[in-house]
Amino acid sequence: MMPALGKYAGVVLGAYGLSLALIVVLILATLWRGAKTRQALREVEDRQGKTHG
Amino acid sequence: MSIWEYANPKKFMETSGKVLPWVAIPAAVLCAVGLIWGFFFTPEAENFGSTVKIIYLHVPAAMMAINVWLMMLVTSLVWIVRRHHVSALAAKAAAPIGLTMTLVALVTGALWGQPMWGTWWAWDPRLTSFLILTLFYLGYMALWAAVEEPDTAADLTGVLCIVGSVFALLSRYAVNFWNQGLHQGASLSLDARENVADVYWVPLVICIAGFVLMFVTLVLLRTRTEIRARRLSALLARERMA
Repeated sequence: MMPALGKYAGVVLGAYGLSLALIVVLILATLWRGAKTRQALREVEDRQGKTHG
Repeated sequence: MSIWEYANPKKFMETSGKVLPWVAIPAAVLCAVGLIWGFFFTPEAENFGSTVKIIYLHVPAAMMAINVWLMMLVTSLVWIVRRHHVSALAAKAAAPIGLTMTLVALVTGALWGQPMWGTWWAWDPRLTSFLILTLFYLGYMALWAAVEEPDTAADLTGVLCIVGSVFALLSRYAVNFWNQGLHQGASLSLDARENVADVYWVPLVICIAGFVLMFVTLVLLRTRTEIRARRLSALLARERMA
């Protein structure tokens, strides 16, 4: 299944590996901060007896 | 119905919540299809060998790095002129995505450049202006983090964004008017002679569409988080005052 990358295999795999790692970190950081902020807001709103979307 | 209705945080939260799945799923599908097609099912190029497969990451990332900054310019101008908070927060939300795209473009460019040009880096006009754009992204994010008062931060970062736009445009057009660089011209063009070969073109366009939708997904998610964070600070401040 793996394509023959010849003498440039290291370069091509390195480019894909590093790029996908950077993008995955960005996505996970976005989701993590989103969940953390939503949770914190819910706690404060509950404490203050307010509701907000 | 006016576009400015979406400057209302409540309206933005409602609409973006509905739109998100319709953008996120196509983004994931297009990125997966484009990258799998490009990596596994396209041939080696005569002049580039298998390194041509890097194009599916390098070109979409570089295009996004420049266009995200231009999106930030538009939203910053909307903030400066009309004082809509959602617009300033959207610019703030976009910056880490743009920075990641510049890093992907720089890393893939260096890895591609080494075997093709014999060097990881050259002080070529396009590469240099791109590096400066990366520094502007870092500066922009640092400025948001350093200024405590949010409206002042939005004003200052808005001005920085206008200045940085020069380098965003230079990154795109430097190759056209400075001929001493190593970097080649556009990979995609309305002029068929300048385009990449058809066998690479289709997966490349799919990847670009995937990256654009991935950006829209992430910027919506991050703007929603910024709006919530702003409301959280307001509620906490009110609590402290009581």
